[in-house]
Amino acid sequence: MYWEPDRECMGKEELEQLQFERLQSTLNRIYSQVPFYRKKFDAQGILPEDIGSLADFSRLPFTTKEDLRANYPYGLFAVPLREVVRIHASSGTTGESTVVGYTRNDVRIWSNLTARVLTMGGVTKDDVVQIAFGYGLFTGGFGLHYGAERIGASVIPASSGNTLRQIKIMMDFKTTALVSTPSYALLVAETIREQGIPPAALSLKYGLFGAEPWSERMRREIEEKLGIVATDNYGLSEIIGPGVSGECREQNGLHINEDHFLVEVVDPETLQPMAAGETGELVITSLTKEAFPMIRYRTRDLTSILPGDCPCGRTLRRMARVRGRTDDMLIIKGVNVFPSQIESVLFEFEGTEPHYQIVLDRKGGLDEVTVLVEVGEAIFFDQMRQQRGMMERIRKRLAQELGITVEVRLVEQKTIARSEGKAQRVIDNRTL
Amino acid sequence: MLRIKNLEAGYGPLKVLRKVSLHIGPGEIVTVIGANGAGKSTFLKTIAGLLGARGGEVLFEKKDIRKLPAERIVSLGCSLVPEGRQLFAPMTVRENLILGACVQFRRRRHEEVRADLDRVFGLFPRLKEREEQLAGTLSGGEQQMLAIGRALLSRPRMLLLDEPSMGLAPRMVREIFAHITRLRREFGLTILLVEQNARGALAIADRGYVLETGRMVLQGPSEDLLANKDVQRAYLGRSAEEDA
Repeated sequence: MYWEPDRECMGKEELEQLQFERLQSTLNRIYSQVPFYRKKFDAQGILPEDIGSLADFSRLPFTTKEDLRANYPYGLFAVPLREVVRIHASSGTTGESTVVGYTRNDVRIWSNLTARVLTMGGVTKDDVVQIAFGYGLFTGGFGLHYGAERIGASVIPASSGNTLRQIKIMMDFKTTALVSTPSYALLVAETIREQGIPPAALSLKYGLFGAEPWSERMRREIEEKLGIVATDNYGLSEIIGPGVSGECREQNGLHINEDHFLVEVVDPETLQPMAAGETGELVITSLTKEAFPMIRYRTRDLTSILPGDCPCGRTLRRMARVRGRTDDMLIIKGVNVFPSQIESVLFEFEGTEPHYQIVLDRKGGLDEVTVLVEVGEAIFFDQMRQQRGMMERIRKRLAQELGITVEVRLVEQKTIARSEGKAQRVIDNRTL
Repeated sequence: MLRIKNLEAGYGPLKVLRKVSLHIGPGEIVTVIGANGAGKSTFLKTIAGLLGARGGEVLFEKKDIRKLPAERIVSLGCSLVPEGRQLFAPMTVRENLILGACVQFRRRRHEEVRADLDRVFGLFPRLKEREEQLAGTLSGGEQQMLAIGRALLSRPRMLLLDEPSMGLAPRMVREIFAHITRLRREFGLTILLVEQNARGALAIADRGYVLETGRMVLQGPSEDLLANKDVQRAYLGRSAEEDA
């Protein structure tokens, strides 16, 4: 099922022409309408017409989160405020929030793009879609809400929180598709089990998850516990919100809506382009945004462009699920560590739950790392000796993977605080 | 069908087109809107080969036509209906039409030209009524029909229309736009339409581009452009007060 087959299955040449035309008009517009970009281009001696091909495009300067903050709140808007019909702000996972705007056309295009993503994940007009993302400044709730409505599905704007009530709605309203963060889906699954509700009492078929990194093992776990097909989708408010890319039912990476976004993957240190398949920082340029165009925005998200075609028939290239953020990178004992590396090690072990926390302390000037990981009852009530054996094995595997020694503690289920939004994986108690 | 990348053109030291790109698929109606002097006519003349391009690429059905002479481009199937009709006023309607077939005289027999004439008369019965009248005596709308008819005699697959609504009464403008959609429906033509009458053009086009001082600043489906505030303000004559 496609939402816009003529776009999603476009020929490569045709797509490149369209991207180039859209890039040209975006550059012409921002150069005359956004002083920030004009100054930046002038400083490098670049005029919009110097960009004669998609390849030339790498001459343009990057835009960073700091640029957005320095132009808070409206400095990067390309239209007067009276043409803006919606304002959102980033969730501020890492620091001060940033403000973005949408014209009426932007909202329409946004709805279309999230409709594509929802269709890729299986949603049709016959579905009942429960949106358990926060409705507010965060783009997740509204973005997918519009897409689901555009498709013609029945939308339940449940918003986030109050898990018992969410489950009641899910049962009573016969929800068929859940839209939330993956960690929230797990919380729902656990709560259902605690309440003794059989998964069959739910009508759920699809789960569309995003807004935080997750793993393949977590997917399997959610699919099994809730009896659904779970797909990943990606977006960020600085670019548009959800709708940048999404997985189809092949579950082999996220198709990027390339007719609206130009993507690159660069080395976060050298800023040089990475080859297909290599992991680096995702950089996105918007091609159709009116109110808040973005040129080469450094997303800080780590991913790669996957080579090869997708059996679903879409020609839109795919990106790997986001592995983490460049600014999630922890420097522990001088070594670069990504929480996602720790997560993938933990998930190699039978009996661990997909909940963990990384606690950093500094004692006597030395970094200490403790990884708390929840384990199932079977293991927890086991012999101390066996528990210790498991801790030892995890510790060794982590040392091997990360190159540093890490303390491991097994904790009982539900010890680690659950979050209704994005999970907090790292607690850094270090003070310099 | 037509794919243009970074087209540059001008007159003497004057740069008119600054890297203009556009594409149009088979059977599409695409419009380029823009103010006087934006470079719209220069754009069509450059595609048609009446004006030399200084750079860029013009692919018509994958063939590079940028350096071809105008008559070659016509015989490949891409015809221009020029701004201001450019008819031969002292000649009859019929003679003007037949001139349109001249690039193919050698290849076509008289019966074929006659059949093409009949098709044009079928589309514009008013031209049939005035077949023997001098072109200079026609009304503005009839002259526009004649100019389109003349282009059809070259058996194009693609038509470049330069301001067909210019100088016409509102009722005639509507009629001409209706004829343009018939050209696609009945003749299977692909149409690139350059217009100052943005509202009329966007109403019949699938997609549109906005040209400003030789640069494309917007492009997209017609409904998106009609909803764009800049387009509304600059080209649809909607005032800032109405907006508020």
